Amino acid sequence: MATAERQRADLAQALALGLSEEEYRRICALHGREPNLLELGVYSLLWSEHCAYKHSRRLLALLPTEGPNLVAGVGENAGVVDLGGGVFCAFKVESHNHPTAVEPFEGAATGVGGILRDIVAVGAKPIAVLDLLRFGGTDSSRTRHLLDGTVQGIAHYGNSVGVPTVGGELYFHPGYEQNCLVNVLAVGLIEERPAGTSAARGVGNYLYLLGARTGRDGIGGASILASAALGEDEESKRPSVQVSDPFEGNKLIDCLAELQSKGLLVAMQDLGAAGLSSACAEMAAKGGVGLSIELDRVPLREQLAPFEIMLSESQERFAAIVEPQNAAAVEAICSRHEVSAARLGEVIEEPFLVIRHCGEAVGELPVSALVDGAPRYRLKVTPRQVPPPEGELPSGSAERLLLQLLSWPNIASRAPVFGQYDWLVQGRTVVGPASGDAALLALPDGRGLAVTLDGPGAIAAEDPRGGALATVLEAAANLACRGARPLGLTNNLNFGDPDDPAVAWELAESVRGLAEGCRALGIPVVGGNVSLYNASPAGGIPPTPVVGMVGLAQRARPLAPGFAKEGLTVALFGPFAPTLRGSELEAVVGRRLPGRLQLPALPRAREAVEAVAQLVGEGRCLAHDISRGGLLVALALCACRGGVGATLSFDGLAELAGGLAEGEEGWWTVAFGEGPVGFVVWAQRAELEALSCFGPLWELGSTGGEALVVEGEKIPGWLRFAVSIEDLRRAYAALHSLIS
Amino acid sequence: MRFGVVRFPGSCDEHDTARALAQFGEVRLLWHTDRNLEGLDGVVLPGGFSYGDYLRPGAIARFAPVMEAVADAANQGMPVLGICNGFQVLCEAGLLPGALLINVSRRFQCAEVELVVENRNLPFTKACRARITLAAKHQSGRYYLPPERLAELERQRRVVFRYASGEAFNGSVGGVAAVANERGNVVGMMPHPEHSLGLGGRSADGLLIFRSLVSALEGKGGNG
Repeated sequence: MATAERQRADLAQALALGLSEEEYRRICALHGREPNLLELGVYSLLWSEHCAYKHSRRLLALLPTEGPNLVAGVGENAGVVDLGGGVFCAFKVESHNHPTAVEPFEGAATGVGGILRDIVAVGAKPIAVLDLLRFGGTDSSRTRHLLDGTVQGIAHYGNSVGVPTVGGELYFHPGYEQNCLVNVLAVGLIEERPAGTSAARGVGNYLYLLGARTGRDGIGGASILASAALGEDEESKRPSVQVSDPFEGNKLIDCLAELQSKGLLVAMQDLGAAGLSSACAEMAAKGGVGLSIELDRVPLREQLAPFEIMLSESQERFAAIVEPQNAAAVEAICSRHEVSAARLGEVIEEPFLVIRHCGEAVGELPVSALVDGAPRYRLKVTPRQVPPPEGELPSGSAERLLLQLLSWPNIASRAPVFGQYDWLVQGRTVVGPASGDAALLALPDGRGLAVTLDGPGAIAAEDPRGGALATVLEAAANLACRGARPLGLTNNLNFGDPDDPAVAWELAESVRGLAEGCRALGIPVVGGNVSLYNASPAGGIPPTPVVGMVGLAQRARPLAPGFAKEGLTVALFGPFAPTLRGSELEAVVGRRLPGRLQLPALPRAREAVEAVAQLVGEGRCLAHDISRGGLLVALALCACRGGVGATLSFDGLAELAGGLAEGEEGWWTVAFGEGPVGFVVWAQRAELEALSCFGPLWELGSTGGEALVVEGEKIPGWLRFAVSIEDLRRAYAALHSLIS
Repeated sequence: MRFGVVRFPGSCDEHDTARALAQFGEVRLLWHTDRNLEGLDGVVLPGGFSYGDYLRPGAIARFAPVMEAVADAANQGMPVLGICNGFQVLCEAGLLPGALLINVSRRFQCAEVELVVENRNLPFTKACRARITLAAKHQSGRYYLPPERLAELERQRRVVFRYASGEAFNGSVGGVAAVANERGNVVGMMPHPEHSLGLGGRSADGLLIFRSLVSALEGKGGNG
């Protein structure tokens, strides 16, 4: 064996591993001596931004983490909420941005695999995946390359592992040109078995490594890729990207389900960022114990040095703690599933990771220093200047702009992407990815689980707090359109370089917005992920707080996707206060439009969202959340998806328009402005009247015919139009040319 | 009525298939190492990615111990249905003619497709209408057989389902979506009846396939 493990590591080596001088000194102090190279390598990963949340931990304390249905929350592998009736739902979102920017296929595939293992680690069966994808401009060849590889990577893993991909978001903006985003939300169910824990307990119990063999892939992924900005040498970082094997993942998931349901595991933990090091440190820390680890027992794919074994991020692996009397049963079940099970060591009393190789001690690490020793930095915050609300109004007809918006990449039909995913497997998908809003899954007892994953629009760059809050409200509105009330939220904070005070301000403001949104809805944050350093020499990404939300509907009703019947009354509902600033129309016309984000009073917003959830849940009305593109786009999508037109008078909206802005600007804002908590609702007229007790309701007209018609005596000429469903659908299908 | 559903490592749709069949009878999940099919009236090979589709879809699964038993039972006339990956396995095992190549798009595709039922006298199609709609989802579903052999298959009425005009997204030769063996008791199909049971207001035509099987078995047993 090389003497590297026995040699003391010096400051230069610490700096090369991405630690700062201060951090190196702190490690020496907590460690009690200068660490050797293996030990320093383990510290460098566990103290990386990705694992230790050095820049975000203080802020995250602002988020509400308590709630009536919460079973397991922040700090666990995934959050768990009680659905009642003995059924629990586990969910968590996680990013794989940096690996995807370097190698999109494997980056996205292992992003799906990694978050699925987090769900399995709490004892849940994964039942759905949603992905939020953000890329640069659609005319760039880099975007096409990344989009194509990412979609194929998600399809490769999700389809092969037998978990449906039921929704998500696809969004293009030049700010993501160098740093794309891949955030994956996984959802699982726990039925008829206890939730799993990752706390190692019981001195003398065995430590097992289950699953794939360990290779050199992904070494340093957490520190090299996920905790630094991407530079010119992306190519050289490719070996830090992990390689997926969904077949191995599929076997492992089935095997763990059987082990868990038979009560054979004391604890389990997936191997993600920082591989064996992180998994062992986490399990030991949670249980207040230590672990002995014999590295020569780790099944290897190729010959590796001890520090490589400790740091490898090879996929499809789990660590488990097993009582000695259950070892034979565990090994038999693993063998039946053709899953390798290697006994690496055992639980020890002293809270240390004691690492041995070929009979020699190669590392001894205090668990608390690894898990809780990393510094927590205070952010230096400088607000960005808020631009003035002035801007120039667009010109032209509403009809032309509507068709342009429908074919705009951020709005056009995602069918060419979703068509590559299996969204049917497991037989629960009542409403799939094609209908916008949230997906709806059937629970065994006939109730519905609605799930959504949302990110902010361009407005977040000007108003990160408002943008984050609007995203929380939008997620809840999406659930309401499926008749569901929210139970909890998981978030993924995607930002640039936190050492830039303006980025630090965006991060701090966004966390405040998320916290306000959660409090307004009365739901907890059950866990999440922070992805910083999404930056390149060209600059950082726009602030992107992403929200995953699950909600419960009393019945999993099949819901018509849009206007599917003639003669129904159509109305606009909710405390809707849209703005043109940051809207998709602004991107389409290519210049700043007037306005500023206005948020509804939060109690009013909650009341409106709950009213929609109630009525849709009772089968009394259907609803679609007004989102990108604003009211006209929302109406057009209802006609496109359902196949029936509508004739609508906007005269009743004169007061709303006048309240938003004076004259023409008010009408432009009503037609194309964006903002949270506005719904298009349609039903028999008497049913809609019930809504007026819970918020402002404007009746617009009724469904019928083969065109979308907007008319009125009091509205400007450019806003009157009639456009056939056929023309709307042709515009809406524009993305086909980008993807196939 | 007792049905077996085979589970290979990497299968994905075995539980969905079992749930669908459970509406019509008892279901036993068979492990890929099982060799005993005693007491079963029919066997289904489900969809998924057996053995990770390594080498070729179905190429490794055909060597699983359970496949010997399935081949024996098929030769004795037991109804055997292969869905998606199950179809690929049956072709690799030589129980059905032809091969399933990667889609012309080279991508996984998921869509509802309209099918023309070409032979309504088989144990899996007796209850079918002339046209049915089923979900299809696969990456390697492009059926291929050399032209002269396909012509023979057509003459023998062994093309069971054909994609309706414009629906064959995978590029199958002759639009073939399902084929039968000579005796008609072994059928492989790419579309998924177990995912077309009416959930979410989508097609419920998958039930017709399972209902056909049940009435064929009842007829055989003299209870029909």
